[in-house]
Amino acid sequence: MSRLELLSPEGLRVDGRRANELRRIACKQSVLSDADGSAYYEQGNTKVLATVYGPCEPRNKGQALHDRCIVHVEFTVAPFSTSERRQRSRSDKRLLEIASGIRQAFEAVIISTTYPRSEISIYLHLLQDDGGNLQACINATTLALIDAGIPMTDYICACSAGYIDETPMLDLNHLEEASFETPDLTIAVLPRSGKATLLQMESRLPADRLEETLHLATEGCRQIHKLLDAAVQENTGELILKYANAI
Amino acid sequence: MLRSKAFMKKTRKGNVVRVEREHYLRDDIVCSVDGCEQCDFTGSDTLLVTSASNKFTVSHPVLGRHPRQTARFTTPSLVVPDTNVLLNQIDIIEHPALKDVVILQTCLNELRNLSLPTYHRLRTVIQDPDRRFYVFSNEHHRDTFVDRLKDESPNDRNDRAIRRAVQWYADHLATLNPPVSALMLTDDADNRRKATEAGIPNSSVVDYFKELVEYPELLDMIAQVSLSHDAADRRVHYPEYVTKLQYQAGLKSNKYIQGSMNISHHNFLEGHIFGKVNGEERSIAILGRDHMNRAIQGDVVVVELLPKSEWQRTPTEILLDEEEVENDDDTPVEGQEKGKDSASAPVSSSDSSAMPAQPTGKVVGIVRRNWRAYCGHLDPKAGRSRTKQSGAQSILFLPMDSRIPRIKIRTRQVAQLLGQRVVVAIDSWPTNSKYPLGHFIKALGSAGDRTTETEVLLMEHDVPYQEFSRQVLADLPSEGDEWIVQDQHLHNRQDLRHLDVCSIDPPGCTDIDDALHCVLLPNGNYQVGVHIADVTHFVKPNTAMDKEAATRCTTVYLVDRRIDMLPALLGTNLCSLRSHVDRLAFSCIWELDTEANIVDVRFTKSVIRSRHSFTYDEAQSRIEDDALQDTVTLGIRNLNQLAKKLRARRMAKGALTLASPEVRFNLENDSQDPVDVELKELKDTNALVEEFMLLANISVAKQIYETFPDTSMLRRHPAPPPSNFELLAKSLNDCGFELNASSSKDLSNSLDRVVKPDNPYFNKLVRIMTTRCMMQAVYTCSGTVPEEEFWHYGLATPIYTHFTSPIRRYADVLVHRLLQACIDREAPYDPSILDKNRMKEQSDALNYRHRMAQQASRSSVELFTHLFFRHKKVLEEGHVIRVLKNGFSVLIPRYGIEGFVYASTRGSEAQKQAVLQYDPTSNTLHNPASDATIAIFSKVKVLITVEKESLEGTEHSTSTGDQPTLREKMQVHLVEPAIPELSVPVPADATVGSSNKLEVSSLPDGAVVVNDAGAQKGAKPCESTAPSKRRRIK
Repeated sequence: MSRLELLSPEGLRVDGRRANELRRIACKQSVLSDADGSAYYEQGNTKVLATVYGPCEPRNKGQALHDRCIVHVEFTVAPFSTSERRQRSRSDKRLLEIASGIRQAFEAVIISTTYPRSEISIYLHLLQDDGGNLQACINATTLALIDAGIPMTDYICACSAGYIDETPMLDLNHLEEASFETPDLTIAVLPRSGKATLLQMESRLPADRLEETLHLATEGCRQIHKLLDAAVQENTGELILKYANAI
Repeated sequence: MLRSKAFMKKTRKGNVVRVEREHYLRDDIVCSVDGCEQCDFTGSDTLLVTSASNKFTVSHPVLGRHPRQTARFTTPSLVVPDTNVLLNQIDIIEHPALKDVVILQTCLNELRNLSLPTYHRLRTVIQDPDRRFYVFSNEHHRDTFVDRLKDESPNDRNDRAIRRAVQWYADHLATLNPPVSALMLTDDADNRRKATEAGIPNSSVVDYFKELVEYPELLDMIAQVSLSHDAADRRVHYPEYVTKLQYQAGLKSNKYIQGSMNISHHNFLEGHIFGKVNGEERSIAILGRDHMNRAIQGDVVVVELLPKSEWQRTPTEILLDEEEVENDDDTPVEGQEKGKDSASAPVSSSDSSAMPAQPTGKVVGIVRRNWRAYCGHLDPKAGRSRTKQSGAQSILFLPMDSRIPRIKIRTRQVAQLLGQRVVVAIDSWPTNSKYPLGHFIKALGSAGDRTTETEVLLMEHDVPYQEFSRQVLADLPSEGDEWIVQDQHLHNRQDLRHLDVCSIDPPGCTDIDDALHCVLLPNGNYQVGVHIADVTHFVKPNTAMDKEAATRCTTVYLVDRRIDMLPALLGTNLCSLRSHVDRLAFSCIWELDTEANIVDVRFTKSVIRSRHSFTYDEAQSRIEDDALQDTVTLGIRNLNQLAKKLRARRMAKGALTLASPEVRFNLENDSQDPVDVELKELKDTNALVEEFMLLANISVAKQIYETFPDTSMLRRHPAPPPSNFELLAKSLNDCGFELNASSSKDLSNSLDRVVKPDNPYFNKLVRIMTTRCMMQAVYTCSGTVPEEEFWHYGLATPIYTHFTSPIRRYADVLVHRLLQACIDREAPYDPSILDKNRMKEQSDALNYRHRMAQQASRSSVELFTHLFFRHKKVLEEGHVIRVLKNGFSVLIPRYGIEGFVYASTRGSEAQKQAVLQYDPTSNTLHNPASDATIAIFSKVKVLITVEKESLEGTEHSTSTGDQPTLREKMQVHLVEPAIPELSVPVPADATVGSSNKLEVSSLPDGAVVVNDAGAQKGAKPCESTAPSKRRRIK
């Protein structure tokens, strides 16, 4: 059987991008009025809704920490997110893994000592899945947390990259991810300091190829940061106008 | 950069689901025409961040400023072929006359789905910068993308996309001065009409190439897809195939059976497939032209079973009936010839005794055609009448491969091509044409010529024998043969240059894969090292050289030449472990105790310096010469001792010693004509080297399987089913021997017992025949078969691989990479060695190439045997090894050749009568007149000749009075036991005959081999004592 040609010799991918190009990104903050903070994030056909509640009293009081807040992340996948409908259980290990990765990443940037004995809950809903779920969730969470006004030391911008046909490729879509044994790594970066707060990789990648792939993903994070920053500024501008009008 | 989206629907696994995919349109895709000012050639392809991916940089502009202009298209025009042109006319696309071509992404994608091999051929053309082929990604170009309209079929959409792209090119280039245009090449009349309406320049293939008058052969190369009306044969009408949808449903409901068509070598109207009949895997016969329904050898076909009443019962008779029908249908000349064909088909004896009905079916559909280019010659009769006419004429082409039907081609060069070996491709087989339609590709040279015939056999066995391409040679070390081992190479390598390593090979060997050493350790054990050429140091994964080697898979050894897997610089120099130079090696080092048990084994990359390259003979004499006490000799002696112990242990476990009659030709230096044949001999030292290679292979196999249980490349040899031995066991039983084949150990033991004191060759003969009962050993990816099937039957070892000949086998290259990844986990490795599917694909390719290479070598030996016997008549002693109903096979040990003697007089069907009666119970042939019996193992004397298989009954074409031989066949005539009507009288001089009818030998010395029991060979002048009254039996 012929393998799918993921990268044509002309240097174009199946969807027409070049190896170092991101998909189209669209995002919007404050999409839900009830939540303390919310954001809708689209990267290609991957669509995520993030909502933030808190800081509030922890639901389980025993978990409360006396010097800082706790972060609670829940990740759910809509059954209609993939082309074939599938109900996924809440205790799906895959989902729990992503949730815990996101929690750990954000615990590093949220200034948690501001809110001792409280909890910040982050709910993530994957509405449509076209690969790169983790990066989309992280980026959406950043926007939602900013929208909720939670103090953070920096943005977190995440981006994935893979290694296909001897070429590092930015931002894999579902088709590229699903092909056999594609190494796929996601890195979450604090853009100001350039530090990484999450790095995750699936499948195997030759060790000497890691650096260039990582470099490409980091480059992607930087581009995403610009886009997120623009979205935040736009939203803030709107808020200012709104409040100005209210006064 | 503009981005937009398209939506597609797609079905998968039967479920219809909606799949949404993004589709980005770009504004940075260039036209790549030299001198275009609108396109920016600098930016687009340098966007890639990394330097590692330089394989995707196309250096724009690809297309030339001045494409070809023709009488009809006075504006110089780029050629834009559509998908069907690419698919059907790939031979002409490959012709260097065609330049400045734009290949549209739409067509490329379609082509890839339609035919992957054609796609790869096109890609090769695209890669050649001299051809100026440019792939225009029109699907992702902002201005050329077209959306599928409502109710528009995908094909129509694609045609529209092609027209849009051509239009874009034409408009885009119109501003150039002088203007350049684009020309759509298509044979689709509807498409051409629409293009003309829209004002898009277009042409059919024939019309375009007609104007390239400087290349007249191009017109012959145009594929004819449909039969012109007048050529249609009204008498022939094949049933139409069922549609894909129908046969898919039929396959699911078990109404149809799918299989690969396998046509009998003896009759191209008899084929079979393997498939499930009532849940049981069986062979399904497909008989006759109508039932075969245009299927050709190798095609994947869909077969419908016939009702049981029509199943084949007695294969021979039905077959003959078919032949008769055939004859009536044909011209008388052809009929006669066919009659001969059918007579010459050895009829398998086992089938003839009232057999149960064999499932029989008819072809209703074709899943995949497996057409390739075929070698053969033109039918001399057909061209005769019209040779003087100019212009194209239809002529029949007779392929070399007897399983392939004749092919009808059109050519203007009949006169030149008669008597030549030509290559022809099949284009189509319409229902109203008796024969498939094809087109001429190229002529190889005159038939019967040694170089031409060698090329033919390479092509027929699909051996890639072209010179290495420039890209491949570019991957060689830049120092060329000046390359030396330097300190930088010592990184991660053990320096073993102090060891007394030597190599032992056949004389004249230039690609030395392996070398050995042996040192006595202080604790009384031996350190033994096998050092294998480190090919993977030079052949890095995914380079052009690696890809080429992965396609070639193996070096092919012919009698007079070698088709290398790797460029000669590596194979015979840099990798070859020659003496007195430093070479990189992959070493396998054991500690063996005095009983040759493995105490310890380790693998390492190393640098060695061989002390001496021995031939087998030299090594043998060193071992035997007690006066020599130097370290190298001592090492060989120790190795010899250890090898004997290893061998004894292996034998005890049940390893088989098999035999095959291998011959070596002594070629004359200048002309490369064979002057002598001798059997290959085995010496003690052969066994020595072999033993350690086996040990190394087994050790490596264990190691790689442990680390990579899913993706190791192993070699396994399945146990043959007991039924394979039935016939042999029965014959041996008649001679008073027992053959127990229940396990390799039993078989080995019983083979050892089969000894006839009066016939020293008997044991070897039985071993040769046993070898033919064996299964083929195959390469396997370890993840695809269960562990218990790794067993290597012949060597009686649970696991085995090939590690020791990376210069000539690609499997070993893969194993080297795997082993390297095992021992050095830090080192970079190619990720594809972990890809089970890829390994599986590669192992299939290896098996295929390996089999083809073997067959090619065999054919080459056959060819040289023919050349050797061409002007000789040699009397030889042989052994009957197979008895069939209509004759018997004779193996002639002196030359290792096999011939078939027919049990009946030759002649036309009516005159033919069986001289020998077949007795199915004892499997013998009996002649009542002389009371002679032919049984398996009987000793016979035969006369070997090579006869031209001329087309009797036809006058030779007038224009070419001196017809070159088209097909030569070695004939074996029975001499003893004397059977009236059948055996030939021994020519007058009792041993050697030479017919003065044959032309005078081109061999200067005219050496003849005389053989009578004593196997005396001597050069004796060829005397022309023609036995003029000798009856010629054919």
